[in-house]
Amino acid sequence: MTLPAAISKRLATRRGRVLRECAIEFMLFLAASLSVFTTLAIVYILVSESVAFFRHVPVIDFLTDTQWTPLFDDAHFGIMVLVSGTLVSSIVALALAVPMGTIIAIYLSEFSTPGIREFAKPLLELLAGIPTIVYGYFALLFVTPILQWLIPSLPGFNLLSAGLVMGIMIVPTVASLSEDAMRAVPAALREGSYAMGATRLQTALKVVTPAAFSGIAAAYILGISRAVGETMILAVAAGMQPNLTWNPMEPAATITSYIVQVALGDLPHGSIGYQTIFAAGLTLMLITLMFNILGHMLRRRYRESY
Amino acid sequence: MEIARPEVQRFTGSADGAIKAAAGGLSFYYGAVNALRNINVPIHEKRVTALIGPSGCGKSTFLRCFNRMHDLYPGNRYEGEIRLFPDNTNLLAPEVDPIEVRMRIGMVFQKPNPFPKTIYENVAYGLRVRGERARRVIDDKVEQALKSAALWDEVKDRLQSLAFNLSGGQQQRLCIARCLATDPELLLFDEPTSALDPIATGSIEELIHKLKDRVTILIVTHNMQQAARVSDYTAYMYLGELVEFGRTDDIFVKPRDRRTEDYITGRMG
Repeated sequence: MTLPAAISKRLATRRGRVLRECAIEFMLFLAASLSVFTTLAIVYILVSESVAFFRHVPVIDFLTDTQWTPLFDDAHFGIMVLVSGTLVSSIVALALAVPMGTIIAIYLSEFSTPGIREFAKPLLELLAGIPTIVYGYFALLFVTPILQWLIPSLPGFNLLSAGLVMGIMIVPTVASLSEDAMRAVPAALREGSYAMGATRLQTALKVVTPAAFSGIAAAYILGISRAVGETMILAVAAGMQPNLTWNPMEPAATITSYIVQVALGDLPHGSIGYQTIFAAGLTLMLITLMFNILGHMLRRRYRESY
Repeated sequence: MEIARPEVQRFTGSADGAIKAAAGGLSFYYGAVNALRNINVPIHEKRVTALIGPSGCGKSTFLRCFNRMHDLYPGNRYEGEIRLFPDNTNLLAPEVDPIEVRMRIGMVFQKPNPFPKTIYENVAYGLRVRGERARRVIDDKVEQALKSAALWDEVKDRLQSLAFNLSGGQQQRLCIARCLATDPELLLFDEPTSALDPIATGSIEELIHKLKDRVTILIVTHNMQQAARVSDYTAYMYLGELVEFGRTDDIFVKPRDRRTEDYITGRMG
């Protein structure tokens, strides 16, 4: 083999390698784009169907009307009716999940022995694996009767019971993510606090929690997103009647449970009732997006630099 | 006291100045690992005592016995005692609350570890932990502590900005101020300049020199020049044992033990 031939052979293999690299890079790019395009496609469908909806219903009416009766002859499209149900149930859920999740996280990260943590954390995460339909019936058939025993006037379907069970469902998410964030706080910071004569509780509350704040905020935001988007528990236990209320003791439909309800029926494609699904879906997406942006801002604002 | 005093006599040859603390027959175990063996050493009041020795010799382990930091992790065990004077408390006694010990003894760490709080709140932390609420008292103590740590002029206009925005050297002085705010009787320094540049190191050393007028200082250092510059007494440790203790001038000029001499002349370590 002559010298130039040997060189060109080496060059040839290199070219082959470059081509292979390009091919792999392209595949990876495709895989990554898939999720982006899916999101874009969903947004496109939501927006385009909603545009058709808003040709019939003015945005002002959509936002201010106090009734939601899209399938009646006298149709009203006040989304606030559904938003109120969503917000009330989410607030109930968070009122339970945020304190409980945080307390569990502080306990697991700062107080428990490694043995307890190894045992408790997988158990906790098991809660997150229970299908939500099971939670729904748990709310309807177990929690609601207990609540009715405490509050006799409580109707069989109500936001309180659904919200509380939704809170129980979210606890593992909040606790597990918050605990991860707290455990990521460097030992030097903890030791610094103990060396000042602080107790475990003071160290946990005054040093570890603020240091892990961005991670804890992310856990809360994820909890909120799950509460706002939760469907089955509410569809089963909260009743599906549209009801503009801020009282958790009442039954009400949420955005998600409305979508389930209508999607099960036989609405003609392109009808106004059909389009409400997308308008409601768009509203839901905007609410979730708002919380995600808020979470992002909080993270940036409180990002710690060790 | 019965254990500590004779050792003091033997080590120093004379009883010059008061003794703030003394380790007597101190051994320490990380689980089954025997990290310190029968350490006896006095800590002179309002003097700087340096702990030197090669990596892994147990000097940081020894330092962390003074404020019971080892209590934070399971499986650690002390034997012997560390007496704190004038009240003659055995810091290592099981019935002594480690939190009480840490209230009296401050510690500055290897890497500056300010809390994720404002400069003001960092210095106020110890006071708040002790339940101090009076705004005026805290303001006053914070200012005094920052002045003592030679940081006041640099931060007085931005007490409410985050401590992370300070430079490494400033952060370390902040950590010193944090300790000073609660008037510790003994201040422990665990290689306080190992993460700092030479200029910041110089300012910390200068600060240590000034502080010994008001507080007893125990400093672990890797840097023998630093030990020679800042300390009055030096203890040389090797493999968990205290090899030699004496006045810094004596240790560096005419060490009695061959191992000390090898280390400080750079033949070992």
